[in-house]
Amino acid sequence: MSSVVATHDEHHDHGPAKGILRWVFTTNHKDIGTLYLTAALIMFLVGGAMALVIRAELFAPGMQFVDPLFFNQMTTLHALIMVFGAVMPAFAGLANWMIPIMIGAPDMALPRLNNWSFWLLPFAFALLASTLFMDGGAPAAGWTLYPPLVLQGGAHLPFAIFSIHLLGISSIMAAINIIVTVFNMRAPGMTLMKMPLFVWTWVITAFLLIAVMPVFAGAVTMLLTDKYFGTSFFNAAGGGDPVLYQHLFWFFGHPEVYIMILPSFGVISTVIPTFARKPLFGYSSMVYATASIAFLSFIVWAHHQFTVGMPLAGELYFTYATMLIAVPTGVKVFNWIATMWKGAMTFETPMLFAIAFVVLFTMGGFTGLMMAISPADLQYHDTYFIVAHFHYVLVPGAVFALFAATYYWLPKWTGHMYDERLGKLHFWLSTISVNLLFFPQHFLGLAGMPRRIPDYATQFAEFNAWSSVGAFVFGFSQLIFVYVIIKAIRGGEIATYEVWEGAQKHGLEWTLPSPPPYHTWTTAPEIR
Amino acid sequence: MNKIRRLLAGFGLLLWGEAHADYALNLTPGVTEISRDIYDLHMLIMWICVAIGVVVYSLIIYSVIHHRKSKGVVPAQFHENTKLEILWTVIPFLILLGMAIPATGVMVKAYDTSGADMTVKVTGYQWKWRYEYLDEGIDFFSSLDAKSNEARQLGASIDPASVPNYLLDVDNPLVVPVNKKIRFLFTGADVIHSWWVPALGWKKDTIPGFVTDAWAKIEKPGVYRGQCAELCGRDHAFMPIVVIAKTNEEYKQWVAEQKAKAETVKAEATKTFTMDELMAKGQEVYNSNCAGCHQVNGEGIPGTFPPIKGSPVATGPKDEHLKVVLKGKGDMMPAFEETLNPVELAAVVTYQRNAFGNDKGDMVQPSEIKSQD
Amino acid sequence: MQGNVMATKDAYYLPHKASWPIVGSIGLTTLVVGFANYLNGSSIGGTLMVLGAGILIFMLAGWFGAVINESISGLYNQQVDSSFRMGMIWFITSEVFFFGAFFGALYYARIYAVPWLAGEGSFASGATADLWQGFQAIWPTNGPGHVGGEFEPMEAWGVPALNTLILLTSGGTVTWAHWGLLANNRGQLIKGLIATVALGFLFVILQGFEYHEAYTEMGLTLGSGIYGSTFFMLTGFHGLHVTIGAIILTVVLIRSIRGHFSPEHHFAFEAAAWYWHFVDVVWLGLFVFVYWL
Ligand code: HEA
Ligand code: HEA
Ligand code: CUA
Ligand SMILES: [Cu+2]
Repeated sequence: MSSVVATHDEHHDHGPAKGILRWVFTTNHKDIGTLYLTAALIMFLVGGAMALVIRAELFAPGMQFVDPLFFNQMTTLHALIMVFGAVMPAFAGLANWMIPIMIGAPDMALPRLNNWSFWLLPFAFALLASTLFMDGGAPAAGWTLYPPLVLQGGAHLPFAIFSIHLLGISSIMAAINIIVTVFNMRAPGMTLMKMPLFVWTWVITAFLLIAVMPVFAGAVTMLLTDKYFGTSFFNAAGGGDPVLYQHLFWFFGHPEVYIMILPSFGVISTVIPTFARKPLFGYSSMVYATASIAFLSFIVWAHHQFTVGMPLAGELYFTYATMLIAVPTGVKVFNWIATMWKGAMTFETPMLFAIAFVVLFTMGGFTGLMMAISPADLQYHDTYFIVAHFHYVLVPGAVFALFAATYYWLPKWTGHMYDERLGKLHFWLSTISVNLLFFPQHFLGLAGMPRRIPDYATQFAEFNAWSSVGAFVFGFSQLIFVYVIIKAIRGGEIATYEVWEGAQKHGLEWTLPSPPPYHTWTTAPEIR
Repeated sequence: MNKIRRLLAGFGLLLWGEAHADYALNLTPGVTEISRDIYDLHMLIMWICVAIGVVVYSLIIYSVIHHRKSKGVVPAQFHENTKLEILWTVIPFLILLGMAIPATGVMVKAYDTSGADMTVKVTGYQWKWRYEYLDEGIDFFSSLDAKSNEARQLGASIDPASVPNYLLDVDNPLVVPVNKKIRFLFTGADVIHSWWVPALGWKKDTIPGFVTDAWAKIEKPGVYRGQCAELCGRDHAFMPIVVIAKTNEEYKQWVAEQKAKAETVKAEATKTFTMDELMAKGQEVYNSNCAGCHQVNGEGIPGTFPPIKGSPVATGPKDEHLKVVLKGKGDMMPAFEETLNPVELAAVVTYQRNAFGNDKGDMVQPSEIKSQD
Repeated sequence: MQGNVMATKDAYYLPHKASWPIVGSIGLTTLVVGFANYLNGSSIGGTLMVLGAGILIFMLAGWFGAVINESISGLYNQQVDSSFRMGMIWFITSEVFFFGAFFGALYYARIYAVPWLAGEGSFASGATADLWQGFQAIWPTNGPGHVGGEFEPMEAWGVPALNTLILLTSGGTVTWAHWGLLANNRGQLIKGLIATVALGFLFVILQGFEYHEAYTEMGLTLGSGIYGSTFFMLTGFHGLHVTIGAIILTVVLIRSIRGHFSPEHHFAFEAAAWYWHFVDVVWLGLFVFVYWL
């Protein structure tokens, strides 16, 4: 199949164009991957800086630094930026860089669309950020944007909503591109059940995106018309219901959290076998487990609404359905352990992050399971227990997976080995501080501290102080990560094709030079 | 500076582990049957998770220690084992079943609001609670107590630790009898709030336009504190809940007092007050109802909350001013006609027209409030 | 085009430069910033919206123009064609979910929210009804607050039934045109397309009359409570899609007249036809659940 026709350039040097416009006009999956990854890193720092505002205010009881309304804006923007600006684009970046290489394709299937998927993001975030400077400030109703509260906002509302629309368009186009690439661009012999698990998890994620982003777009559109065009979707006087919004939001929102974790599973399933020097245990059950999780994620959404007064049958149904997710997720965890079992492990930075992922993600999974039990959630709901849960699955979960992926592929991307000593330092500082940051929040929640509050009763002081210290240590440790990346881009020990011992067995990318040429697989590789 | 001192004190706390007297690590068992059931359920699922965790983590630790290359291990190449895989699908499923069964029982019980001895209707407002005793005709508002309110202002120089029950105290607590099945009805006046007293075992959202319910039968007299648990705007952190459970006799006595008080309020509504009386009362009402947005100094927050100081409403015609206060305005300004009684309304409007240098010099009497409708 | 870039059976076409996307982003952003400003009552809103829409149209024309040029100069092989097809299918799927949100709102209101407001069902033993004395769960409704005032619901068996007939027929004509294309019968292709486009615009015009009547005579507006909200949002977004579909078909018609399509190679035609069928199916859902039941 694919040898590639490249046209429209005056000179056929097949290399990147020069200057800044290279990045604006590029259709190359590696360039676009780099753009996504860079943007995501910047957004991570911005969203993290907002988290530090939150943690600074929460360091001690009493109002110290910010107005409560501004605090709520920080909470809202922190979450929106981390979710839509950092984690999702970072995975999109990995997908762009790695999927074509992993399946032996010359590029993404729809390269121009690919460019647009990325180049909507900066505009979307400019819109979102602009709200900070408006009268009345940024949205302050939480990332869930529940009405009627969110409708009380000032001028920012349409900007925030349109920003979400743009983000949605971007994600949907990216998802379409990934699906088409995987189903239409695989090298001959690369059957579906031979694809690396990272590719599998991403296609399944792409299906989730296509199904739920439009629903979110629809829901926020209804917010817009309720506010500006007199509709009554979420207004009881007109026969609507504020809770309807919650159903629509969580129909999106629950799959959304799996959108952030499934590609992480893919990364971990890639990293562990390499460093255990063993094939992944239970490849096909991994694929089926991923698909089951994705399927279940569509039918459990109202576990976020156990306290809204659903009928009893609803409470019970959503309890049972949610609990079921523990089964396929458990399969994954056990498969990872079985992969490590009797392997010959070494502990380079990617492997360290991967192991920490398995341990700490499972912690977050356990608390998730506890919250799925609806009567218990009547207590847990909207407390710091939940904040602890989702940060465990998101920070030492999704974000650690991203760290693992970055360290794993950085030598491939840049052609230079990263500084292993600094990488390990980053790992240990992050892992210790992230637990200091989020573990005490379990206690806070159980002891009765609600979430989304800028000030609290004095009995919560101690754990909050610990948590804030953890946050600052964790935050500043990330500067090491940034430094390691820059250092590796700038130079360092030359990376071989294989980079990691025996990696050739674990993916096509390791049969290419580091860094790979601008265009790879212009003729399809041979698949064993 | 006080702020710095407080921060340092926080660090001190960390360094010397000088713990606060009453911090807790775990869920409260509470004082109702449901709250105890939930506590037991919580402990059950937590210990199950801990047990699974021990197994999972032991396997990982064992593997990390023994299956490393530096020990000269030759990697095995197995990559599947159907029996094992079925096992670790089925066993978790059975464990889940073991959790789901007791959970169902508790949930069914928690939802059974039938056969209640009394009903209290709870309405969430930005940012206070309204309690209506449907059988007694008692009806009042409950908001953050003045001391906490003062200490929680940005830049206040009051150490929260010096305020008893900081952020967990209210002006008018909810008083209920013990050993009676109380049915609570919930609704929201403006946005969604959530009424949560951990000792009762649950929280329930207050959805504007809809009524939801829950119940509690408190077993022990005492003071139980909680907070609003659903983000409801700027002062979400500052609308606590206090429930005082009394013996039946004490409760009856309290009910009688409340009824007497209601009579006095009614009587006052026809009285004529002096300027000083209105201003004094007005300041009190203003600080607990208006200052959250318009600020204690009446200057508002530019771009978000308009000032009272020099505002065209507060210095304009009396009728217009009254209308804004009674009926509310736009999305943000709530209507106060239900939340304040005529005396309070008259006082606060008078205060707004004469404080902050507005100096209009006119007065509003409670009798004028009625003629507004 | 360069001579050395003819597509071969096994060559995947990769464009090397994409300048339209950034134009699209700028256009879209200008449009929404304009709209947001308009909603906030700022005077520059309208101007920005027109400007943004202009840029967007310019981008669409330019981008599709480029793709069409590449297509007719033979740069696309079968595999590229498949990519386009799959892309279109999944795009339409995402649109289905977009409509799903609004259908979901409709079902939720009818099955759940409105009966609850009237105190039916087991929700808190009907206590909600105390808030809304005398409200009864009858559909259509503008809610217990009679939001938007008196209105008359839209009758199914007038214009909507006619419109159903029109859209179903247009689904037939576009298929007939497709048969013509497959049989290399240009006359049939063009006639079929002309009929489809005409029916499509006729639908939109009738819908316009219906809206006009709703607003001027029936008191039925976007503000007529939940009925008005769901009615106008569903039919409105559908109408928008019909309009877009009809415009796409117009472009396809022009390209057909210019002879761009061959029996083997006509992705654009098929994409437009799929889109049209999708719009058709959505209408059937609307007719049944919004107008009829
Ligand atoms: C990556 C993100 C992510 C992931 C993966 C998860 C995973 C899970 N989540 Fe979480 N969740 C969030 C992100 C995530 N969540 C966020 C962001 C929120 C809050 C949103 C907001 O309100 O702002 C939230 C909130 C949330 C709630 C709502 C709480 C409330 O508001 O009251 C619930 C309730 O059921 C829940 C449950 C679960 C469950 C059951 C899982 C399961 O998938 C976990 C499964 C994993 C395991 C169980 C561990 C491994 C399994 C084994 C080792 C097998 C054996 C185990 C057993 C048999 C127990 N989550
Ligand atoms: C992927 C998602 C994600 C990630 C990665 C994080 C990461 C972090 N989160 Fe957050 N968080 C959410 C998703 C996420 N969070 C969500 C969904 C909510 C719910 C919101 C809601 O209630 O609506 C939430 C809410 C939330 C709260 C509760 C707020 C409240 O209820 O009021 C807190 C409080 O501690 C918190 C803290 C943190 C911290 C300390 C980190 C840290 O991990 C961050 C670490 C990173 C840094 C600190 C950056 C380091 C950079 C610098 C130090 C330099 C700065 C320099 C420049 C800007 C150039 N988060
Ligand atoms: Cu009321 Cu939060
Ligand atoms: Cu969820």
